[in-house]
Amino acid sequence: MSGHRMALVVASLLLAGVSPAHADGSEADFKAAYAAADAAEKEAGTLRNQWTTTESTLAAAKKAAAAGNFEQAAALSKEAEALAKASIFQATSEKDAWKALEIR
Amino acid sequence: MRVRFLPCLATLLLAICAAAPRSYAAETPDPVADARAFRDYFTKKFPKVALEDFVNGPYSMNADMHRQWEEKEQFPPYEFALEAGKEMFSKPFRNGKSYADCFANGGIGVRQTYPMFDSTEGKVITLELALNRCREANSEAPYSYVKDEMAALTAYMAFTSRGKPFDIRIPDDPRALDAYQEGKRYFYTRRGQLNFSCATCHVQSPGERIRAEVLAPALGILNAMPIYRSEWSGMGTTSRRFTSCNSQIRGVPLEPQSDEYRNLEYYLSYVSNGLPISGPGARP
Repeated sequence: MSGHRMALVVASLLLAGVSPAHADGSEADFKAAYAAADAAEKEAGTLRNQWTTTESTLAAAKKAAAAGNFEQAAALSKEAEALAKASIFQATSEKDAWKALEIR
Repeated sequence: MRVRFLPCLATLLLAICAAAPRSYAAETPDPVADARAFRDYFTKKFPKVALEDFVNGPYSMNADMHRQWEEKEQFPPYEFALEAGKEMFSKPFRNGKSYADCFANGGIGVRQTYPMFDSTEGKVITLELALNRCREANSEAPYSYVKDEMAALTAYMAFTSRGKPFDIRIPDDPRALDAYQEGKRYFYTRRGQLNFSCATCHVQSPGERIRAEVLAPALGILNAMPIYRSEWSGMGTTSRRFTSCNSQIRGVPLEPQSDEYRNLEYYLSYVSNGLPISGPGARP
């Protein structure tokens, strides 16, 4: 794959990632997205590696849902899930990576 | 088949041989060598800083900061907490007993021996934890671990140990060595959305500025605890320091005196063995 085509594919993926899945989000969409984010954050909790930003994004999602803005609430839930998954990745990769920083 | 099998077997054996010694070496902690390497790293990085001066944290990093510290020490902001701690320490509990009954030497001049490993419990006991356990054993409610009364009490106990070198022991108990190793792992592990470890600031970047603050070196960083921080407008304990560090890198702090923080304190104190207690301290 040429560099241009690769860049196009990556850009498309990124755009797909930031675009809301459903323009007119429903409560069900929010609930599904929130449950996935909450499960990922709980997993980060068992790894003792939660991020404050995940917590605040989850709280913001709940607040948006309470105000009836399910589209925003679902988008925030997806963002929280991505943050939680990043913290899980961090905890997993650091299981060995920390040794590289050690003073010897 | 046999021809193909032999190279595979040889490759497998080579891989095992190559991997085995490395993993063994990596998993056998050597605290004495660690402490030596730790001290060497900082003394080489800051050849102009006297070894015992590392306990003054950011104030040890340059002449201007050092002058600030000297001036601050004339009217130290921790003085009120120190006085309060002295009074609290000497006041008996409702059952007539006191803190002195819970500690060796009546609790005077013992701060440099904490945290210590309790072989009965199989865990690290910090001074803050020991103080609250003392209270609970005497039917008193425990204090918050992060500030106020706990900071005052530990300030007084630190003051009675000023100048005494950290004397943290790792007994001949595999659980103690595990606790030390876990503390080390926590210290070097990146966490939080900012992807920082304790070492990112306090090993890789001491003396550098992070916003308006000068970062303290990890060597001797706990010798001045508890501290009055201008940023907090008050006193804070080691627990407060650990939890606020985690928050600053956008990590959810663990509960004060969790096993992780207790092990971290054990590791950090051990590698500063020999450096004098300077607490209570003051920091920007």
